[in-house]
Amino acid sequence: MKPSPFAYHAPEDVDAALALLAELGDDGKVLAGGQSLVPMMNMRLAAPPALVDITRLTDLDHVTVDDDQVTVGATVTHERLRTHPDASRACPLLRQALDWVAHPVIRNRGTSVGSIVHADPAAELPAVLALLDGSVELRSTQGTRTVAGGDFVVGPLESDVQPGELATSVSFPALTASTGTAFHELARRHGDYALAGVGVRVDLDDDRRVAAVRAAFIGVADRPLVVELTDALSGQAHDALDTGDAVGHARDQLDPNGDIHASGSYRRHLAGILLDRAVCDAVAATTSTQEAA
Amino acid sequence: MTSELTSLTAPQRHQVTVTVNGLPRSAEVAPRRLLSDFLRHDLRLTGTHVGCEHGVCGACTILLDGKPIRSCLTFAVAVDGRDITTVEGLAAEDGTLHPVQQAFQDHHGLQCGFCTPGFVMSACGYLAEHPDAQDDDEIREEMAGNLCRCTGYAGILGAVKQAAEVLRETGADPRDRHRPGGATLG
Repeated sequence: MKPSPFAYHAPEDVDAALALLAELGDDGKVLAGGQSLVPMMNMRLAAPPALVDITRLTDLDHVTVDDDQVTVGATVTHERLRTHPDASRACPLLRQALDWVAHPVIRNRGTSVGSIVHADPAAELPAVLALLDGSVELRSTQGTRTVAGGDFVVGPLESDVQPGELATSVSFPALTASTGTAFHELARRHGDYALAGVGVRVDLDDDRRVAAVRAAFIGVADRPLVVELTDALSGQAHDALDTGDAVGHARDQLDPNGDIHASGSYRRHLAGILLDRAVCDAVAATTSTQEAA
Repeated sequence: MTSELTSLTAPQRHQVTVTVNGLPRSAEVAPRRLLSDFLRHDLRLTGTHVGCEHGVCGACTILLDGKPIRSCLTFAVAVDGRDITTVEGLAAEDGTLHPVQQAFQDHHGLQCGFCTPGFVMSACGYLAEHPDAQDDDEIREEMAGNLCRCTGYAGILGAVKQAAEVLRETGADPRDRHRPGGATLG
């Protein structure tokens, strides 16, 4: 199908984009890579009166990595971030999650910030943001505000971006050598939306025992679901993990809906299997464990 | 205020100029014109096929600035000034097939042919960035964004592997129009 008519604006700088968004208010919608928005417009699930194309805003085309964080500008594509060596080193979960994001052809155009703003409950990057307590920078003609990663997604396909605001960048914390991460998911076809998936962050202490564990599940709730698993795993040695309690605790928190692709009970079962694999991989991925091996 | 908003939300037509297969092409279009329809209807380049129109089937895949993208998930106005390669830009001027096209023929990598332009363009983009491609699993994964309802994919996999070998021998960039004999490459 074809999208309904809309007005198109392609501002050349951020201030012009913010002025347009302010004037358009509810009528304005930001277009970046369009890999989520355009299908919705083609299917007439979305019919914004006006689009503000931000892909010419070169100020937003940046990946900056320092000791504390990886900051990704709003026009950076999934593929560019996925293959950014410094970003992958500082925050390996980005690469681990982006390997699952869509197909290569979609990753060439879709943007990472756009995926987070789109807030699909089965998308990987909103879960990464929530799991790592990253942050989103929102700008408008009124000023700039920063939203914590855990608060950004407020419902299915709904983020905290208000009319007139532009998500200009997202920041993910840089991880230390004692922190390991992993991302696992299952889809009928690699690159399609996952039936269920999970990102895991494990922190080890100086004795390489588990100190803290968090997981963020996708595809099993109306938004990324963060589950604290520290109580179920803390104190376990890195080379003698028993994830049974953690898997049970996590499954108790999940009550996914079924659909044509998988029943709710199957998704819940699958989420536990994926959690087990991801916890083991995350522990193995800590640099301190690798050095000890 | 009301009149300003009206002007900001009125779907004005835009002049879009792009380079397609090496030639400048231009047309005036509404903002909602998908790049796939711009190529097919406005530029009469019907080699690019339209299947699902929501990014699942891959039949509309083209190269934008050398990278494969879905033309059905891109508005023509958004790519003004950019460089596009479609399946019409691959075979040599004398009709000799591009190595990727020839490989699809050799391996029966097509039956009805509907999905073929998308597969060929995805393969060209993939092989340009991965000239050493030979691993079956990796090729399957890279080509998984395209659907074929006829072949069962075995012929397509064989075709991509053959094309990779031929391109390695000639050193040609798979995104360029084929030059029989491989002279003056690069």
